[in-house]
Amino acid sequence: MEGAIAHIWSHFDYWAMIFLAMAGLFIVIARGNLIKKLVGLGVFQTSVYLLYVAPAKIVGGTAPIVAPAFKVYSNPLPHVLILTAIVVGIATLALGLALVVRIREAYGTIEEDEILRTEAAGEADGR
Amino acid sequence: MNFQEHLPALQVVLPLAAAPLAMLLRDRLAAFVPVLAATWAAFAVSVLMWLQVDATGPISYAIGSWAPPWGIEYRVDSLSALVLMLVSGVAAVVLPYSRASIEREIRQENHYLFYAMFALCLTGLLGIAITGDAFNLFVFLEISSLSSYVLIALGRDRRALVASYQYLIMGTIGATFIVIGVGLLYLKTGTLNLVDMGARLQEMTSHRPVLAALAFLTVGISLKLALFPLHQWLPNAYAYAPSAVSAFLAATATKVSVYALLRFYFSVFGETAVFQRLPMEDLMLILALAGMFVASTVAIFQDNLKRLFAYSSVAQVGYIVLGISFDSVTGLTATVVHLVNHAVTKGGLFLLLGAVMAGMGGVTLSRVHGLGRVMPLTAFGIVLCGLSLIGVPGTAGFVSKWYLILAALEKGQWWLVFLIVLSSLLAAAYVWRFVEAAYFRAPRADLVAVHEAPAGLAIPAWIMVGATIWFGLDTSVTVGSAARAAAMLLGTAQ
Repeated sequence: MEGAIAHIWSHFDYWAMIFLAMAGLFIVIARGNLIKKLVGLGVFQTSVYLLYVAPAKIVGGTAPIVAPAFKVYSNPLPHVLILTAIVVGIATLALGLALVVRIREAYGTIEEDEILRTEAAGEADGR
Repeated sequence: MNFQEHLPALQVVLPLAAAPLAMLLRDRLAAFVPVLAATWAAFAVSVLMWLQVDATGPISYAIGSWAPPWGIEYRVDSLSALVLMLVSGVAAVVLPYSRASIEREIRQENHYLFYAMFALCLTGLLGIAITGDAFNLFVFLEISSLSSYVLIALGRDRRALVASYQYLIMGTIGATFIVIGVGLLYLKTGTLNLVDMGARLQEMTSHRPVLAALAFLTVGISLKLALFPLHQWLPNAYAYAPSAVSAFLAATATKVSVYALLRFYFSVFGETAVFQRLPMEDLMLILALAGMFVASTVAIFQDNLKRLFAYSSVAQVGYIVLGISFDSVTGLTATVVHLVNHAVTKGGLFLLLGAVMAGMGGVTLSRVHGLGRVMPLTAFGIVLCGLSLIGVPGTAGFVSKWYLILAALEKGQWWLVFLIVLSSLLAAAYVWRFVEAAYFRAPRADLVAVHEAPAGLAIPAWIMVGATIWFGLDTSVTVGSAARAAAMLLGTAQ
């Protein structure tokens, strides 16, 4: 038991990432509200930022500046990668929200089950 | 400064530059011209690179002169050269078609947006095929995905919006799985260059994070390539998108994802790690067969022709993955050949369906009654493409199935030959539903006066149909390149 706790504590960042990823994915799957789904998607994407950034930090490490005083450096590359991933995430969220606005204009609702019901009724009418 | 040297950069930069240009010009003709010029130039560039790779071997290009593995490398080998040529070739045919097609399907003030998004989507797809950097691959994947969500949402049917939203959710989950996979590989190897990563992974292919990365990448890319049962987003997206978009995405998007899968499996993890230590062969075989049979069966019961052929696409992805599951040179040859053959077949088919949409006002089976009488050429073209989907000799589809069957025989799996032929019968069943409606029914009273499609729609569509027949008769380009690519993929693994 104690060993397990120590293990979780020493890999705290990974456990946080797994929790966030699963929570986000769960919201995407379980919620029928189109905006809540996007929130879940956002949480899921954000969890990945942690996977990249956390291991790149070296305890006691500095930014990679070449100077005699600094010996241990943190890896700057993952931060740069995640900067790109954040931009991608924002673009996805913006596009998703724009689609939700259009869906609300077209269907009058943002609940997935109501949209599916409208569609099923439309197909029964033979459109 | 040598022009030839910078072809790999031009391949991606040309369409990338055309997109904002189209946004700024706003006028629909002024926006069309730069995008068309960029697309045709990109095709010319891809042909030049294909010839160069054929003559002198793989091209490596260091972006910004930062030497790989530190900088981003663009790498063109026999497989990526073929995929680049396929994607830009399809784009070069679809774009002129789209000018006449979106006239009816998209509001005029949005045309410049269509061209901008088309250029961006092309940029992303070409980028995936050319880049030698794992994270860069993800960025290009998202460029192509985000622009294709917009392209699908431009459809005039309101169901296009829901289809686009669903694709966005599924596509983003897939892309995020890919980033997790790439992240784990980066943590293990400390490099993002695919070749370098492949070399460093060889001693640690059984480590747990590497296996997790393999799983994440497999699921993520399978979502993108619509491998059964991860195909749910595809039928609606293809059915309600504008016709030109359906044709372009059906011909290229899933194919580029297959390329990404091949790249990760064979160039990064290596054939031994994926296929000999893990039961991936059986897994992919089962999923491929399930896709071939379930999707074909569902296709038979569709009333909307675009949905019908979208389900057929899921089944055809099954054939492509079946080739990978053999893990042999013949099997991979079949995969790559079918990549090309299915792209031209489905591209032609969706282009012709766009012409039907323009003439008959819809593509449900009840609407296309008597199509063989009012639009004889278009109906005949659809039948030719249908024959290629079935795999009739003389069409491109036959060549792919021939190599699949050869690969199955090579492995001594006789029962698989039987299943491949059986699934072709299912294809015959859904193609027959179209034939019955088009040739054995009288046209609806209000549609008797419909005329043949205008040249702007017919010529690009028939270029694709022509390619379908051509690749069925003369296989030197397709099978030749595919065999070289397959040998290269398995060669790097040894």
